[in-house]
Amino acid sequence: MLETIRQPWPWYIAGPLIGLTVPILLIIGNKTFGISSSLRHICAACIPANIPFFKYEWKKEIWNLFFVAGILLGGFLGIQLFSNPLPIEIAPSLATHLNQFGITDFTGLVPSELFNWSALFTLKGFIMIVVGGFLVGFGTRYAGGCTSGHAIMGLSTLQWPSLVATCCFMAGGFLMSNLILPYILKF
Amino acid sequence: MIKEINQDVRELDTICVNESHLEHKWWHNLKYLVVGIIFGIIFVKAEIISWFRIQEMFRLESFHMYGVIGSAVMVGLISVFLIKKFDVKTIYGEKIEFHPKKFNKGNIYGGLIFGIGWAITGACPGPLFAQIGSGATVIIVTLLSAIAGTWVYGYFREKLPH
Repeated sequence: MLETIRQPWPWYIAGPLIGLTVPILLIIGNKTFGISSSLRHICAACIPANIPFFKYEWKKEIWNLFFVAGILLGGFLGIQLFSNPLPIEIAPSLATHLNQFGITDFTGLVPSELFNWSALFTLKGFIMIVVGGFLVGFGTRYAGGCTSGHAIMGLSTLQWPSLVATCCFMAGGFLMSNLILPYILKF
Repeated sequence: MIKEINQDVRELDTICVNESHLEHKWWHNLKYLVVGIIFGIIFVKAEIISWFRIQEMFRLESFHMYGVIGSAVMVGLISVFLIKKFDVKTIYGEKIEFHPKKFNKGNIYGGLIFGIGWAITGACPGPLFAQIGSGATVIIVTLLSAIAGTWVYGYFREKLPH
């Protein structure tokens, strides 16, 4: 049993389980599935700076912060209890592609050669870690949601603005991964 | 009146508008912590928080992420349909509410910006938390930077096209 759990879970197990989060959150408290809002609540709680966008009763949304704290704990437990002992299998074409930029370690979920504390102080590391994060935070709020709020919750409730947003997420990602990222990885 | 204004601001571009009108003790929030923990474990085990899986998705080298998101949406769609059809209530007996999203140009501009960031970091906001939990401590910096990005958006919000 444990051996089975330790294997990477296929999409047809993980996807439906993630989809079930939508009705579970609705039924246990009328909550709309969405994660990027937590970043806004953190701003409202810690650094509102009299900005109208952050002047609201964030305490009413505190459930969202409990939820993301749970995700962090779940990440910890997932690695500690059920960690897959084998290296992550990746597409051979991706491995070849990354090899030419000197990325050869595919053991972790986060590539340690790109994301580590000493890389933070290089131009490449700064772009990957700091600029990337900034774009995620700025973009999700500007778009009004992320993969969970738009792609999953929004599409589940047939909201066409969410379909537009999801298509734009994908377009931005295709552009970056295929056309721009190779130049960043070259640094 | 003040309460109404507050509600308006909170609904602006945010997706968390549903709220229970009942007052609960703080520990009722622990159920969201539990859902989050399960969610985080799924993130790790299905390798959704893997930078490599995200690259494979955007480089069309694997079906995995499309399968995950596609089947999640299918289950979400069916669930929402059933909740509406049978008028399912919350565990507190309240009616489940859905709030339509209004289109604005931010869905496009913000969507593109987020997509670019997603392909760099290999993580959308949820996986950022799970990656930190899984031991990639430097991602704390990515998360702080994402919070800063959200803050900067809030600061310039009035000046941006919507």
